[in-house]
Amino acid sequence: MHVNDGDTIALEGFTHLIPFAAGQEIIRQKKRELTAIRLTPDLIYDQLIGAGCVAKLIFSWGGNPGVGSLHRLRDALANGWPRAIEIEEHTHAGMTNRYVAGASGLPFAILRGYAGTDLLTKTQNIAQIDSPFGNEKLLAVAALNPDVTIIHAQQADRKNNVMSWGILGSSKEAIFAAKKVIVTVEEIVDEFEPRHSSVIIPEKLITALAVAPRGAWPSYASGYYERDNDQYIAWDEISKERDSFENWLNDQIFSGGSN
Amino acid sequence: MSNDLKWNSTEMMTIAAARSLQNEMICFVGIGIPSTAAILAKSMQAPDLFLIYESGTINTNPQKLPLSIGDGELANQALTVVSMPEIFNYWLQPGRIDMGFLGAAQIDKFANINTTIIGSDYSNPKVRLPGAGGAPEIAGACKEVVIILKHSPRAFVEKIDFITSLGFGDGPGSRESAGLLGRGPSAVITDLGVLKPDPETCELTLVQLHLGVSIEQVRENTSWDLKVAPEITITAEPTEEELAKVRALVQSSRTVVRA
Repeated sequence: MHVNDGDTIALEGFTHLIPFAAGQEIIRQKKRELTAIRLTPDLIYDQLIGAGCVAKLIFSWGGNPGVGSLHRLRDALANGWPRAIEIEEHTHAGMTNRYVAGASGLPFAILRGYAGTDLLTKTQNIAQIDSPFGNEKLLAVAALNPDVTIIHAQQADRKNNVMSWGILGSSKEAIFAAKKVIVTVEEIVDEFEPRHSSVIIPEKLITALAVAPRGAWPSYASGYYERDNDQYIAWDEISKERDSFENWLNDQIFSGGSN
Repeated sequence: MSNDLKWNSTEMMTIAAARSLQNEMICFVGIGIPSTAAILAKSMQAPDLFLIYESGTINTNPQKLPLSIGDGELANQALTVVSMPEIFNYWLQPGRIDMGFLGAAQIDKFANINTTIIGSDYSNPKVRLPGAGGAPEIAGACKEVVIILKHSPRAFVEKIDFITSLGFGDGPGSRESAGLLGRGPSAVITDLGVLKPDPETCELTLVQLHLGVSIEQVRENTSWDLKVAPEITITAEPTEEELAKVRALVQSSRTVVRA
């Protein structure tokens, strides 16, 4: 696989098309000391953190959307279980602009952001700067350039071009920002059909591609399956205690359960 | 709250928030009660309310309550779906959004809000909350912001533990010196009533009570010495239509939404 111990990884997809199958393969392969980047860590990074894969988390909103907390993240932060992790927290605007800078080959991006907040003194990799063209104070955010970006998409064609539609979040930026790009798709098709709000990712940008049907579950893949909200609610219970989480890990990930 | 009312206080809060939205406004919505209120408004007095969610869904018209900020319902019902740089850099940052609808865990008398940590030590907080998400820039750049949260002494505090999003800082002039373009919070709508910033001091002042609520009750649920306007209005009671619609929306989500 293309992920090595110590790598900086970004599994992107905002609520939609979260690459769960690929993320769980990282757990199965027992990768360690990863720096994990995602705007919303979501269940997938809660799983990676609980499994001990992550040394540092860079993020902007760390909850279980619509449900509550990410218990494995909280346990790691509060009690260092299963290991201590470092965090670096931003805003969605900051994170997405950090990918834009990385994608553009620039050291930083500029935005009006974080103004008046305590993030200014607590968060690394940001700096207030004076506009060179006026009297405004602006915020510079350092580029993100993951070693590996992993995304899930709906379709690939026979030449490994990829088509994705629906909510894409910061996926495109995370792809261009990365040194290597891994894509999982629902299926291979002979020809792409035009779709509302779609993008094509040319194969030139892609390092490796794999077919993983339902690879975004319990998030969703527009046109294939809906978000499994019940599973997001169930995760609250599964992840609450270390025992129940470890049972899940053994049953669903290490015993080859296909969840 | 007295038991003989035909609605509960959360329903009243949601309905009061919905009434604050005008037709044709461009409104940036968070998940949970802000979302319920916005969807309700769209089915009542504001059918042409232009709803934007940070997941990139533009002018969306959800028929059921989304559990997450990126549910398929939001994308399927949208005019278009755009990337996150487009949402934050092109829609939000230049000041195109009329109204930002936000929730919070803690708020102070200048309407600064905290969604990051509870406790005074950032590196070892008592409770780790999800963090900033889109809120700091929404609070900064929307022309106006309405904050929706339940009244309690733990939420309405003298000093918040972390400034995640700036309201009026420490009083008049704070927003300007932080370089924020938007006017800031215009109202805080709770389950007990409505607070508005004093035009001169920017301090939140009780201006409106929901039916059946006393000033004393609001004071008991506010940890600072709350200012009260000389004339208090009473919120008009929910109509049958408003109640039926808000209940149908909550039913449609099949779960408790995050306040």
